[in-house]
Amino acid sequence: MITFLIYKLILCVVVFAISLGIAAYSTLWERKLSALLQDRVGPDRAGPFGLLQPLADGGKMFFKEEIIPNVSNRFLFILGPSLVMLTALMTGAVIPWAKDVYIGGALYSMQITDINIGVLYLFGVVSMGVYGIMIGGWASNNKYALLGAIRASSQMISYEIAMGIAVIALIITSGGTLSLREIVETQDAGFANIVWQPLGFIIFFVCALAETNRAPFDLPECEAELVGGYHTEYSSMKLGLFLFAEYINMFISSAIMSAFYFGGYNFPFSHELYDAMGLQDGSKWIALIGFLAFFTKIVIFISVFMWIRWTLPRFRYDQLMKLGWKVLLPLSLLNLAITVVVEFFRGNISF
Amino acid sequence: MLGYTITQWLFGILSFLSIMFALMVVFSRNPVNSILYLVLTFFCIAGLYLLLNAQFLAVVHIVVYSGAIMVLFLFVIMLMNLNQDNEPQRATLNKIIAGVSGGMLLVVLVGSLKGGEQLGLQSYGSSQIGLVKNLGKVLFSEFLFPFEIASILLLAALVGSIMIGKKEIK
Repeated sequence: MITFLIYKLILCVVVFAISLGIAAYSTLWERKLSALLQDRVGPDRAGPFGLLQPLADGGKMFFKEEIIPNVSNRFLFILGPSLVMLTALMTGAVIPWAKDVYIGGALYSMQITDINIGVLYLFGVVSMGVYGIMIGGWASNNKYALLGAIRASSQMISYEIAMGIAVIALIITSGGTLSLREIVETQDAGFANIVWQPLGFIIFFVCALAETNRAPFDLPECEAELVGGYHTEYSSMKLGLFLFAEYINMFISSAIMSAFYFGGYNFPFSHELYDAMGLQDGSKWIALIGFLAFFTKIVIFISVFMWIRWTLPRFRYDQLMKLGWKVLLPLSLLNLAITVVVEFFRGNISF
Repeated sequence: MLGYTITQWLFGILSFLSIMFALMVVFSRNPVNSILYLVLTFFCIAGLYLLLNAQFLAVVHIVVYSGAIMVLFLFVIMLMNLNQDNEPQRATLNKIIAGVSGGMLLVVLVGSLKGGEQLGLQSYGSSQIGLVKNLGKVLFSEFLFPFEIASILLLAALVGSIMIGKKEIK
């Protein structure tokens, strides 16, 4: 029992640290990538190649003056960014990071918890993410912040629907399981789900962009219209939490996309490679190679997120709603219908 | 611990919290706080569902009620900007009428629960009925007709709300 608790605790701390570390270095990568796209140098003063820039930024955030508007609700004002950060970090709990490892004769799973409703858990947590933004925006007692919060929540609710239906099609393809581990494992034997769900992946990807409030769907913080959107009134590390949570959300949604559609820690010819290296099931090297493969996919997705941000202009609000309700929702329903027919002929479902 | 199992402890704590938060919904002056307490109440009720081994119901409860419906409530209240300063004062008569009708609803609910106990409702299958797979199988075989009726009702409500929300009907 004690070993189990310690091992779970270590896993939680590691996932927490990785999420924060990736989020911190995503900020640097975003600035470097935008510099590359715009033919600039980017931050290069702090440390070699600017590698210490995230530390400098974090330190700056912590030491800035903290301003809480005295007309706002103090408790809710503090609760807002805390909730955003909490929900961003909670989603990491159900993601399978690598294959099981034998240590001292016992099998250890590289996943904090493998609940059999993992996909539903993800949706539950994502739907909670709206509250942090709404509470923060409302408690700021500022028109721009309120407008930003309302935009954010209506956008997130609208895109959740198309996303949910795209995921239902994915669950049918993976043989009706809601456990993330089983979804990844089914892709080990056959092809990655992207082969069966190309349309579903595109829908999921667009919805993930909207759910994380990234450009071209960053209307909630649209600086040309709303000053800073829902975090206009925030300063110091509270603003930092809002900005940081966006990068963590980006990291987690990249991880979910790699796990759902690109096989997670599996990669093509992985079994041939493991056989050639003479590795047994449960070896720590298999786990490490799988983790690196998973991580490569995540980094590629994060880079695509950033590439899109620095390439596409922002949508207008009515275009955003039109895209969500009149394009993505019918497309996801069409995808669901096609999936059912295809899976029927593949023999995965029967009547 | 004091002769109770962990499940009983959890049940006691969750019930206490849900009743307390439900009372806070009624008693808090600020409507936004009321809504946030209501969200907490829903979380406690979802915890009770988990204790009954009804995971699907628990998560769907959170996604639908806390995640979607309460956000819309919050939306409306934030847009109307109801604060305690400009909250209309209700007449005492209205309060009494609301109290009496609410109390009558409580009597009906308690009575129906009591009646259900006398009927001797049979439990379906095992305690595993709340898991997604078992629930889906029961819903799509034995209770297919009520399930479809409920979905038609929802569809009608959906179409109706769009029709009401339209500015002009061509």
